[in-house]
Amino acid sequence: MLAKLDYILKRLVMSALVLLGLSVITFTLARVVPSNPAALYIGPRARPEQIETITVKLGLDKPLYVQYLYYLRDALRGDLQTSIATKRPVVQEITERLPSSLELLAVGMTMATLIGIILGALSARFQGSSLDVLVRILSLVGVSLPAFWLALLLQIAFYRHLGWFPITSRLDTTLRFTHPIEPITGLYLFDSLVTGNWVAFKDAAWHIVLPAVTLAAYPTGLVARMTRATMLEVLSQDYIRTARAYGVGELFITGVHALKNALGPTLTVVGLSLAYALTGTFFVELVFNWPGLGTFTVHSLLKVDYPAIMGVTLFAAVGYVIINLIVDLLQAWIDPRISLS
Amino acid sequence: MQASDVVASKGQDRQPERLTHRRFRYTVRVILRDPLAFFSVLVIIVLIVLALFGPWIAPYPEQGKGRTNVPERFDPPSAKYWLGADQLGRDVLSRIIIGSSIALQVPMIVVILAVAVGAPLGALAGYAGGWLDNLIMRLTDLFLAFPSLLLAVAIVAALGPGLTNAMLAIAISWWPWYTRLVRGVTLSLRERYFVEAARSIGVPDRTIILRHILPNCVTPILVQATVDFGTVILAEGSLAFIGLGTQPPAPDWGLMVSQGRSYILDQWWISTFPGLAIFISVLAFNLLGDTLRDILDPRQYR
Repeated sequence: MLAKLDYILKRLVMSALVLLGLSVITFTLARVVPSNPAALYIGPRARPEQIETITVKLGLDKPLYVQYLYYLRDALRGDLQTSIATKRPVVQEITERLPSSLELLAVGMTMATLIGIILGALSARFQGSSLDVLVRILSLVGVSLPAFWLALLLQIAFYRHLGWFPITSRLDTTLRFTHPIEPITGLYLFDSLVTGNWVAFKDAAWHIVLPAVTLAAYPTGLVARMTRATMLEVLSQDYIRTARAYGVGELFITGVHALKNALGPTLTVVGLSLAYALTGTFFVELVFNWPGLGTFTVHSLLKVDYPAIMGVTLFAAVGYVIINLIVDLLQAWIDPRISLS
Repeated sequence: MQASDVVASKGQDRQPERLTHRRFRYTVRVILRDPLAFFSVLVIIVLIVLALFGPWIAPYPEQGKGRTNVPERFDPPSAKYWLGADQLGRDVLSRIIIGSSIALQVPMIVVILAVAVGAPLGALAGYAGGWLDNLIMRLTDLFLAFPSLLLAVAIVAALGPGLTNAMLAIAISWWPWYTRLVRGVTLSLRERYFVEAARSIGVPDRTIILRHILPNCVTPILVQATVDFGTVILAEGSLAFIGLGTQPPAPDWGLMVSQGRSYILDQWWISTFPGLAIFISVLAFNLLGDTLRDILDPRQYR
């Protein structure tokens, strides 16, 4: 028990240090690298008084380490400056768009993890069969596909030619008036389900299919490959042979004994593919006109909305570290060997 | 008990896994037999040829470099324009061919930069140990805590769009992987007898690192670099797609997909073929990397 607590504490402290270091990097990119940060934060048509104000606020006339303290203080207070394009606080822009991206990420990653684990496990269990070959080819294809290209291909195939799925936005515009979704969490699928709004639920589900599949392609490939590799190792272990000798059913062995032990490295890969999925939202959201954080970032990049870009970067990096921390702790909980090593 | 018993019992009497001439020829033979690996090598060779001799191979080289041809815009694939013409009338095939040089130059430069910075740091960290190791490891962990493309995007945003900045940005997000890799190898090699023997006869540390440790890192670095070639092509294409990489009228594949996006539903060839080029290139490098990994170091450096 104490060993576990010790591990948790160590991980927490490490994450805190990493977050601090992250803030140094983002600070360097945000304030140190540009030659004229004031102009970047205010915009091209800045008046002298505005430049004066922003210089005081960001502490641009003070030494670098003081500027960093200003930066840290603002970030901890939840102040990520004001967007040049929309004139609203960056934090507000982020919180408004976060649920859309979260919903897409959640559906995509869940799909990827479940399908990836199942395919990888089956592939390992029936090693050498045509199923194995198929899964291996599909995984390789999955990690080699450019997300933006896959998105376009799916649009052509499933909208232009088959007409099965819509390709823009989260919901049909007419439904916003006929069957509006009550904004409880901002996650359309959840909100509509909980309020019994079946029409909207079906429509939202239909809208999320193509983007989620696009986002899930790479993670599915990665998870399938890792699961297959670890399962192959596990299935050759002695305790599996013992279980078989005792007459334990094959399905039980694969699904329970083997899978439980193979889950550890797979979870690591899930964390890694989350990084990919995070940046993947830039392209997927852009192509499918999904109103999330990804589209906002890309638009900000094109408009050189500097405060927005740097704000989102910091936010995304922090989020990623926190999620990785959770994944690590989950791994330690599942596999006691980690916390005791 | 004799000295040979001690050596044998410690299991350290094997030769280090260097990329010897014999292993190289064995690798080549295996590749030539396996159809998938052979295919990937073929694709890569085709890419290299296209990159080097593009202007002479492409049917419409000036269009490949950017000269517009508006009267024939949106021509579908035909005998004249094998892969069709884009929104400015330029032959898509020629642009893809000329763009292959960008597609290969970028990963080459990025990987060379990343290895040049990352490998020495990793060897230093693994060999020296102590506070230096700790420092370098914390730095690596820090950079790896960022999703790599996010860091690259932020760097390009800070520096301004363009091919050189994109390459720099990707290289900066990439070097930590090589540091970790080389550090791992160095750590496992540091305790080997041949290193201890060299040290005991007074060989300076620097020579040990250069002459004994780094050559043994070539194999895992090679495997990683091959896969990274594919990943960097993907990363650069992605940056170009959102407008942060090469600027028009350069025939960068990612840029071409982005420019064809508005016409995707009817003039599908403008985006589809450049994307296909990216996909096939990345696939080839991934396949080759997988094959190399299976041959050269199945478990040692995982």
